[in-house]
Amino acid sequence: MASIIERVGSKTLNQLEYVGGFNIQLWAGLRAIGTSLPILGNRYRWKESVNQMLQIGVSALPMVGLMAICSGFILALQGASELRRFGAMHYVIDLVAVGFTRELGPLLTAIAVSGRSGSAFAAEIGSMRVTEEIDALRVMAFEPIEFVLAPKYLAALIMVPCLSIASNVCGIFAGGLFMFFSTHLAPSLYLQYVLSSIQLRDVVSGLIKSLAFATIIVNVGCLEGFRVQGGPDAVGRSTTAAVVKSTFLVIVADVLFTAIFYMMGMH
Amino acid sequence: MAVISVRDLVVEYDGRRVLDGLNLDIDEGETMVLLGGSGSGKSTLLRQLLGLELPHSGSVSVKGIDITRCLPADLKLVRRSMGVAFQSAALFNSFSVKENVALALREHTALVPSIIELVVWMKLAVVGLAEFGHLHPQELSGGMKKRAAVARALALDPEILVLDEPSAGLDPIVAAELDELILLLKRAFQMTVIVVTHDLPSAFRIADRIAMLHKGAFLAVGTKDEIRNSQLPRIRQFLDRVPGKMAEGPTVTASFEQYLQGQEITQ
Repeated sequence: MASIIERVGSKTLNQLEYVGGFNIQLWAGLRAIGTSLPILGNRYRWKESVNQMLQIGVSALPMVGLMAICSGFILALQGASELRRFGAMHYVIDLVAVGFTRELGPLLTAIAVSGRSGSAFAAEIGSMRVTEEIDALRVMAFEPIEFVLAPKYLAALIMVPCLSIASNVCGIFAGGLFMFFSTHLAPSLYLQYVLSSIQLRDVVSGLIKSLAFATIIVNVGCLEGFRVQGGPDAVGRSTTAAVVKSTFLVIVADVLFTAIFYMMGMH
Repeated sequence: MAVISVRDLVVEYDGRRVLDGLNLDIDEGETMVLLGGSGSGKSTLLRQLLGLELPHSGSVSVKGIDITRCLPADLKLVRRSMGVAFQSAALFNSFSVKENVALALREHTALVPSIIELVVWMKLAVVGLAEFGHLHPQELSGGMKKRAAVARALALDPEILVLDEPSAGLDPIVAAELDELILLLKRAFQMTVIVVTHDLPSAFRIADRIAMLHKGAFLAVGTKDEIRNSQLPRIRQFLDRVPGKMAEGPTVTASFEQYLQGQEITQ
């Protein structure tokens, strides 16, 4: 009995320590992000931010685009199979356009970035821990958060919303393809319907979610890397943990944001 | 005058005492070798001297600043006066050797790029790597990596040079070359040098004074001759390379029997 209580206590303390570490790192990252800005910040950090933007954003574009096209097609197909029975095929356009802008675009992007970049952050920083590079940075009077995390954070805050918009466009394009082949709806008319169904608040709510998802992915990935202790096997474990935890937290955050926007009347 | 003072330093990991009330003064311009076997606490002491970990109690003062209690800004100031070459070299793999050496110069000084390039070339020339600046760390041999790490440590002309196991993993000829390099650097730059090692020939070649660690406490601190002539059993055992009890036949047999008994009980 005592050992069960001990284990529960120990696990609880570990979780609290993790949450505390996450919060400390988040605030330190937000404070340090200015150093990565162009002109105002350090030009080497900005250079690294641009490099990270290429890694997080540009390299991920084909994958995110393809995922969005497939999902857009699936959503349109599934929607059409039900809505056809009620003669409401035109609602497929609303379903795809609003569904992607508010929800699927940001979420699919976050899952793709979490798998690609979140794991890469954990592996990179974890390897730096194992090879004493993080200690070397500290003894050279550098702040690892500023040197390693801040450029990634800035890059993710810029690129994840951009990727989300690209994902929305691809998803809606897939819906258009479906409508063209199934109902011969002209592309110009489809675009007109899409523009009339999406409102600015849908786009804004999607972008706010993207910023939150970027924050989660970068901070979880980097925290898992910074917490690596031991050898290469620990790096492997941190990579897995980074993907699992950030995907889970992204979905939890999505639920929270959707509920908040719903209560605020934005949805 | 002591440039580094360690007072009543106690370090514990999970309640296990690793350093037990250490006291040590390292004078300006001297080469202090921290000598000891595996697990004696050398690396832990080094991490305390660099301010990488906080002690359980006691203090470490560098140039009159207690780095266990000072403000982060003061710690950074202290660290800028120290150059550290880690056991694993800890060179940044994404940078070339030249960029590794230039890093602290470009971030902590206002020198123009052409001057930085000149300084980098000089530092690499001192360690005999002037021709190899364009290579990346993974393209260097073990000895070259160590020398590159020394060049990086020298970048800001530190008052204190710290070398962690400089000869570990090197063949005797390269290790001897590194010893001569340390002596040359000391003569040329009048630095305080702290070397952590368990390599006896190297320690007796480069040291002004030797601090012998065993199980987290100093067995003796003295000049090379004082240590060499010491009659303390543990120091004699270390210097004369006398095997410990672990390698004795009866100990192995007893351990084996204990293991077998344990196996029977668990089965």
